[in-house]
Formats: sequence, structure tokens, C-alpha cells
Amino acid sequence: MVDANRWPRPFPQLVQQAAHQLRLFVRVPVAVFFTIALPLFVLLIINATSGERFVTDGNGDWPVDAFVCVAITAFTAVSATFTNLANMVPIRREEGVLQRWRSTPLPVWVLVGGHVLSAMVIAVVSTIFMLAVGVALYSVSVPAASLPALIVTLLAATVSFAAMGMAVAAVVPTASAASGIANAIILPMALISNVFIPMDDPPTAIDVLANLFPLRPFVDALQAPLHPIDPAVTPQWDRLAVVVIWGAVGFAVAVRQFRWNAAPGGTTRRRRSASQH
Amino acid sequence: MTAPPISVNDLVVEYRSSTGSIRAVDGLDLSIEGGEVYALLGENGAGKTSTVEVLEGHRRRQSGRVEVLGIDPAATGRDRRELRDQIGIVLQASGIEPEITPREALRLFGSAYRNRRSIDEVVELVDLGEFVDQRVGTLSGGQRRRLDLAVAVIGRPKVLFLDEPTTGFDPAARRKAWELISTLRSDGTTILLTTHYLEEAEFLADRVGVISSGRMLVEGAPKDLQRAHGQSVMSVDISGADSGGEGGFRDGVTRALEGVVHDVVWTGTRVHVTSSDTTAVLERLTTWAASSGVSLSEWSIERPSLEQVFLSLGSGDVEDGSDG
Repeated sequence: MVDANRWPRPFPQLVQQAAHQLRLFVRVPVAVFFTIALPLFVLLIINATSGERFVTDGNGDWPVDAFVCVAITAFTAVSATFTNLANMVPIRREEGVLQRWRSTPLPVWVLVGGHVLSAMVIAVVSTIFMLAVGVALYSVSVPAASLPALIVTLLAATVSFAAMGMAVAAVVPTASAASGIANAIILPMALISNVFIPMDDPPTAIDVLANLFPLRPFVDALQAPLHPIDPAVTPQWDRLAVVVIWGAVGFAVAVRQFRWNAAPGGTTRRRRSASQH
Repeated sequence: MTAPPISVNDLVVEYRSSTGSIRAVDGLDLSIEGGEVYALLGENGAGKTSTVEVLEGHRRRQSGRVEVLGIDPAATGRDRRELRDQIGIVLQASGIEPEITPREALRLFGSAYRNRRSIDEVVELVDLGEFVDQRVGTLSGGQRRRLDLAVAVIGRPKVLFLDEPTTGFDPAARRKAWELISTLRSDGTTILLTTHYLEEAEFLADRVGVISSGRMLVEGAPKDLQRAHGQSVMSVDISGADSGGEGGFRDGVTRALEGVVHDVVWTGTRVHVTSSDTTAVLERLTTWAASSGVSLSEWSIERPSLEQVFLSLGSGDVEDGSDG
């Protein structure tokens, strides 16, 4: 029996919104493919062609397959949060879904929180899946002592990239533009951030640039607790700080620029068949 | 005396464009009583959607006082939430993800309200039974609008905004939707309706308001508007011992009705008189018939439709716009 005088409790509403977004995610095959299946294929292909190489960082040598696996795991978490939200929120805006919810008494933070929470769940599940593949097929190991650092890193980064995704969603003019803009941001960043092409000794300019943007610091922070020789047991706070600062900027932009209505002439349905990456 | 659920005074809404600002709503006044169905009519660009969007809290206004259930729709925080809990909105865009089913949508949207209807109650009320478990993306346009209506009423709203609620319905579905809206009215729900179907306004509305260039042109009960601004068509057979035959009838009728008719058409001995003053027509015809020794039979009167009234207002046939 519903008590007509009491507002519904916000936490169950948040969980319900997140569950709703997860249900939508699994019902859009193209989203599942691009968020989880495609990074897996990329990982398999890169490692099949990399040979028995090693990548050297400050703490010793990595087998290239493990190095790439963890890097692509980080990229998958970014796809699940940043790219996913930057794509889907404008679509829902053009479908009138955001406007519809704005007509209800649901608190805005619950609605937005549901999107962010579901993206984080997808990111965490994707990360576990990719690391499981790394443990099963490659030389990835996940030391128990490193788990707290791993979890803190993942949570801080996924929240931050979700905020950045919401910022892109806030400023893009149309849903069809969102896909291109998100990819134009994340793919070049991935190329200079040791995701697809591990670089022992990158040119200084690229190294500086990569460290200014948030992806490389996240890759570094995720790799540290999984290092094959000297796994970190505490989070890489300096690397995470870069990611969180970007997340804070994204949050501020999202709050200031968020729109509930589509721009006239938006193109809601096109992205359903368009690629995320 | 309680305040009306919807109250608008001197509303002004402007849009910026490359050539300057455009005034979409220009000093509109509107008051809708509790339990009333009010239809807002106007041509495209007349300002009705802008007005409704201000009332829904979806558009900013430049000036004017607006209250819905005693709350300014532009309010934020607690007031905004309170208002949202007590109103229902059918938007022009559906706003429900195509990947979910109507049952899932009702469960989800219902969870936002304090005093919600059960899903079964809404399914029965809006007659969603046959497609309640199908994906929204597979529904027809009419079925989607029914779902929109279902979502709008799940929170047991006191005020319901219906923006072209039956667009895409087939005639049978439209009739069902009208019955639903009538049911909601009988429950005391106040309803503001915009529609392109004038027979819908005629059937449903207690009052209609016609706006043009952002101003209220006329306002009133459909029958009053029809009486005040429409032309009825009276028809009658004329027979008798008039020596002039049909030609004599026609000259006599023309003289008798001079100054009170808009148009006179003959089909044999039956005359069809278009006039806004049927009482005068009746009086003059009967006086002429008595003095001419003819008899009048098979009287009929066809009242003007709201559509005719609307068209006459739009074409400038009505000079007096002071009703509203």
C-alpha cells in the first residue's frame, strides 16, 4: 500500500533507475557489442600479433600481452562510462525521454545518478570480464593485496569518466554528432596513451600531451596494482588526481550546460546503427 | 472562494531569432476552473504550445503571473517537485524508450509519484491490455499515444495537460480516448487540451479559447461560440397558392429576409438560409408566409460546427475579439 503523503525513498529509486538503464543496455545489442565485445576482439588481435615482446616501465618489464590486456581493460571501462553516456544521453534527449522525466517529481540527481551508476556497473563488470580473460589467456595476475588499490582506482576513474561523458552529452548539438565527437575525443587519446600501441620510449611531446589528458593517467593507475613484478598496494594518487580533476571539470560543464530538450532538427534514431568506436 | 487550478495573467513569451525577438505570447490571460476541460485552439504559431509549455514548467516566460495549483511552474526545489507530483503531461514527443514494454514504463514512472495508481488500474483505464507486454518500439502511433496517456495519469494528477493527445489515433481509438478523458473529468481532474481536431474540442471541452498572435481572440463554451460566431443553416419547404409560383416565392423570401441573412440557396421549393440570427429568420419567414398565403413545412436547422467558427475567426469574419 502506498502512503500518499510520503515521497518515495530516493535510494530505491536510484537503484531502480540504474536497473532500468542496465536493462536498456542489454537490450541494445550494438551497445553491448561496442562496449564489451569489440575491445575483446581488439585485445585478441593485438596480442595474437605482438609476439613475445616486453614493455619496460619504471618498475620493470611487462609481458606485452599482460600490458595490453590491462590497458584495453582501462579503455573498456572508459567506453562503458564516457563513450556510453556521451552517446546515449543525447539519444534519450532527442527521444524526449529526459523531458518526460523532467515532467515527473523524480529528483534530477536520481535520474542522472541512475545513468551514472548503471555506466559504472557496466564498467566494473567489463573490467572483471577483461581481467578474467587476461588471467585465463595471458600472463595477467591480480594479487589480493592489490585489490583495494584496484577498486579505488576503478571507482574514482569511472565516476570521473562518467562526469566527462555527461559533459559531452550536455554540449553536443545532436545525438548523431555525439557519436562522432565522443570518438574524436577518445580514440586519438587512446593512441597516445599506451592502449593499443605500447610505447617504451615515446617522443617527449606525445608523452607530455598524454599525461595532460585523463586516459594515460588512468591506464597507468590501473596497471600499477597489476604490475607483474612489483604490484602497487596503494592507489597511484598522483595519476588518479589528473583523472579526478578532469572529472570535476566534466561535472561542472555538465551541470552548467545540461539540456533537457533536443535542438530543433535532432536526429534521434540514427545512432542506433552507428558505431561507438 | 478557492483559486482556479490554472491561472495566467498577462503572460508574455518571447523567442530570440537572428532578426530579433519574436513575441509568441503577448499578454495572454487565462483562468481554468477545477474539474473543467479547457481546449486551447489556434493555428500553428498562434502561441498555444508556448503557453502550455510555460504552464508545464518547460519554458521560461518574459513576464506575467502564472500559477498551477497555486504554484508558479517556474519554481524550483520543493515547490517544483510538489507541483510535478500533482500534474500529468502528455507531450507531443512520446519520451518513452522503445526498448521497454508499457508495463515496465508504468512501473518505472509510477515509482516517482506519491499517490500513484496501480499498473492494473491504468492498464484497464487506458485499455493497454492487448499490448502491455510488447516493446514500445513495436507499437503503432495510436498505441504509443495511449501509453503516453497512461503514463500521464499514473500519478493520479489533479491537473492534466494534453498536447494533441489523439494525433495518430484511428476514429475508434479517438472515441475511446475521449471516453477516458471524460472519465477523468468526472473524477474532478482539471484538463487543459490542445488539439487540431475541432470535433475533439467540441466533444470534450467545457470551454474553448481561440488564440491568435499570442492573444486570446475569443473564449467560451463551444455552444456559446457557435451561437455568437457561427452561421446556422435553416431549411424549409414552401408551398401554397401563391400566384407567382417558384419565382414569386423567391422574390418574396429575398425581400422578407433582407438584412438578416448571409446566404440563401434554393433546391426546388426548399430554401436553405445561412444566418447567425435564426430567430429573426424564423420570425420574418413566418410573417411573410402568413401574409402571402403560403405554408412552411419540414423545418430543419443545422448548427455551425466549431470548425466553422474557428475558420470564420481565422479569416477575420468576426470583428469582436473582446470575449476573452
